[in-house]
Amino acid sequence: MHDHDHDHDDHDHGHGHAHAPPQKDHDSEPAGAYEMLEKAISELLISKGVLTAQEIAAQIDSMDSRSPALGAKVVARAWTDPAFKRRLLKDTRGALAEFDIDIGSLADFRTVENTGEVHNVIVCTLCSCYPKMLLGIPPAWYKSLAYRSRTVIDPRGVLAEFGVELPDDVEVRVHDSTADLRYIVLPMRPKGTRGWSEEKLAALVTRDSMIGTALASPPEKPAAPRRGTAA
Amino acid sequence: MVSKRAKGLGAPKPAPAFAPGDAVRIASRPVVGHCRTPWYLRGKTGVVAAVQGTFRNPEQLAYHKPGLPGLVLYKVRVKQSELWSRYAGPARDTLEVDIYETWLEPVR
Repeated sequence: MHDHDHDHDDHDHGHGHAHAPPQKDHDSEPAGAYEMLEKAISELLISKGVLTAQEIAAQIDSMDSRSPALGAKVVARAWTDPAFKRRLLKDTRGALAEFDIDIGSLADFRTVENTGEVHNVIVCTLCSCYPKMLLGIPPAWYKSLAYRSRTVIDPRGVLAEFGVELPDDVEVRVHDSTADLRYIVLPMRPKGTRGWSEEKLAALVTRDSMIGTALASPPEKPAAPRRGTAA
Repeated sequence: MVSKRAKGLGAPKPAPAFAPGDAVRIASRPVVGHCRTPWYLRGKTGVVAAVQGTFRNPEQLAYHKPGLPGLVLYKVRVKQSELWSRYAGPARDTLEVDIYETWLEPVR
């Protein structure tokens, strides 16, 4: 928006108001090596008839639609519906299908439940396996060497840096997802939320609480909605 | 529905060699090439926490082979104090990891 009442002494112009410089084209930088590689591979796949451009676009769209909000809905249902919680812990794939969440065919899912006795935290030391189909793109720190190595060596130290200090009578259980299974944490329902609706409860379920690096938010301070890409 | 890697494994599926509660050692082998057994766990002892199912062998899948016959995958629970002699946290802290049967040895 232009402000037409401002003082014009400080700049020079020809027609009564100032224009911001034109916005720079996002594509004006030269493509990086990975971008070139991605372009080359997708062009090859399309020209060889393996995939269509529409299929690639649809997959990107599907991935973009995944965010921690999906997982939060599932957790809130598990907090309010004990039968659903049992199904989720026994057969995560089947329980997610009740939400029309298709976790795809690449990996199976397991849900691990935080209780007063056990606190679970997820890591992948070999690469960066993450329950993308439920939480979206992982945060940058999840893929960092520091998180991947320190979480298995000093989990309580890492948790403390995330603001989670657990008493010694709670077992910290690290899950290194090395193979064909992806893990999500079912955090504990915060105290003081009796009678809350699923929708209201879901606002307390953060991405990090489903990785295990946070607890669900306390009721007085609901978490701001976060996208999976936030670091 | 099962995951792609659990599909097409054919019948009969291999009978698991270990059951929940069994003490196992994660093999210590200098494998060259792709495998899913992290170095920090090799030679460590734990307990089978769950039998996770049968999946195609990732050590073959990595080289564009079918990965058959499938391997039974186990969830193995290891005490942090077994992994790190200087672990500073409580003795009850654990780590769970998915390990294929070919990497597990019985502990008597």
